[in-house]
Amino acid sequence: MTSMAILTIFALSIFVGFEVVSKVSTTLHTPLMSGANAIHGIILVGAIMVADGATSTLETSLAIAAVLLATINMVGGFVVTDRMLEMFKGKPKAAKAKDAEAAK
Amino acid sequence: MNKNIYELLGLAVALSFILALKGLSAPKTARRGNLIGAAGATLATVVVFFAPLGEGKSHHNTILIIAAIAIGVLVGVPAARKIQMTQMPQLVALFNGVGGGAAALVATAEYLNLGSGASTAEVVATVFTVIVGCTSFSGSVVTFLKLQELMTTRPVVFPGGRFVIAATLAGVLGTGGWTISSGGNTPLLVMGGLALLFGVLFVLPVGGADVPIVISLLNAFTGLTVAASGYVLQSTLLIVAGTLVGASGTILTRKMAEAMGRSLFGTLFGAFTAKPQVATGEAEARSVKSGSPDDVAILLNYAQRVVIVPGFGLAVAQAQHTVRELADMLAAKGIDVAYGIHPVAGRMPGHMNVLLAEANVPYEQLVEMDEVNPTFPQTDVVLVVGANDVVNPAAKTTPGCPIYGMPILDVSEAGNVIFLKRSMRPGFAGIENELLYDAKTTLLFGDAKDSLTKVVNALKAL
Repeated sequence: MTSMAILTIFALSIFVGFEVVSKVSTTLHTPLMSGANAIHGIILVGAIMVADGATSTLETSLAIAAVLLATINMVGGFVVTDRMLEMFKGKPKAAKAKDAEAAK
Repeated sequence: MNKNIYELLGLAVALSFILALKGLSAPKTARRGNLIGAAGATLATVVVFFAPLGEGKSHHNTILIIAAIAIGVLVGVPAARKIQMTQMPQLVALFNGVGGGAAALVATAEYLNLGSGASTAEVVATVFTVIVGCTSFSGSVVTFLKLQELMTTRPVVFPGGRFVIAATLAGVLGTGGWTISSGGNTPLLVMGGLALLFGVLFVLPVGGADVPIVISLLNAFTGLTVAASGYVLQSTLLIVAGTLVGASGTILTRKMAEAMGRSLFGTLFGAFTAKPQVATGEAEARSVKSGSPDDVAILLNYAQRVVIVPGFGLAVAQAQHTVRELADMLAAKGIDVAYGIHPVAGRMPGHMNVLLAEANVPYEQLVEMDEVNPTFPQTDVVLVVGANDVVNPAAKTTPGCPIYGMPILDVSEAGNVIFLKRSMRPGFAGIENELLYDAKTTLLFGDAKDSLTKVVNALKAL
């Protein structure tokens, strides 16, 4: 990848990042932070790439530790965000879900 | 796997993250957004195992990697599932910290791998990742300890602290320069250690209401470290995802600071400007008016409009269902009931909304600060359940106190104020609340849930 291409991707991503969250309501600050937190758990992909190419014991140990930490970040992050948002579901839907469960 | 297919899948994952953040910004689409993000992340994790390799390279450590992922899932999922609602903020801080730590480890391992073959730009990106990742890791751990109340929640400031912090920062940057100019492993190691120390020193002077802002900021930082690792590893996906989190996290941090009336600059550089505070010794020996549950029930019964102000105490006592029962009873008597929600009541913005939504409190009854404040003069009774700092007039009247300048709920404008409190202990920010000594204030001591249950029973008996 050329430096110019990387710079372009970087600059465009900054603007997209600014734009997508510009209208968030106060209520959703915490879940949004938590969701973004889960997304940077994607460092897991980087950790796997490094572990996959690691040859020395030191490199391998560092990379495997990174895989472990990144997995906790990513998986835990998405689950905890979902738990927060579970409580925001609309009233009628919640009632329906309960009815459906009762019907079973 | 074909290189083009591999990169197309990477693009799909990057797009799923954009959709996830977009979805998370609106209540209706939030949950779906999060699931889209999770699906994207899962896809990326599976696909990377089939990444096309350069010539003469082979896969290593596959079993170890899968085992580490399995352990990570076994640790992360139960932690996220079992955590109490009240402890959610510190868990988010901790997840953020391990993410930062992971980025620092990835950068270090790749640095060792590249050895002397690393270009200057790659070393610069590595140095950045290790510094910020380590700072984010240790800073998040301290934040976790503060929120979990394993250490003091107040700002920790020691004499000459700002010089120590400035010196540490200079040391971090100096060793960073050393790593870039000379290469080798020792400078990087020293730099990482100093960065860990800097993270601790950076967060220690932050207290009370500023903690969520710092979590959000560290979150944005961790995003940028992911982007920098993406540069070293030549992964477009990591660059895009990391930058997205960095950019959106910065905006979010600013919005949070605005909602709380704090200057972002002041929060950030609080470490450098904070002065040791002199404790005021005038708190003792002042009389307060405490009442019985019956007194409270009577006050509520003859009110026309009641505003309930929930705070962290409500979350601790898990009293959200009881408070709703009380509100429903009052509403049945024809009393106008609303919940006044301060943006940072609890330990994080939106904490109270989450908690009350769990108890199925109708959304219309949750009134935000700007809308509820003008109605206090027409309100007969304000019931403050386990909140303190968000109604503390010191934020308006005492320049120099830690929460000065934060917008508050003007509950003192109402006819009567009832505080449900566990004790006279001051709130999270550790500031005395003058309102407790006001003539119109009644205090009901005890666990919020017990107190509310007693009030409900007293109300039934009326």
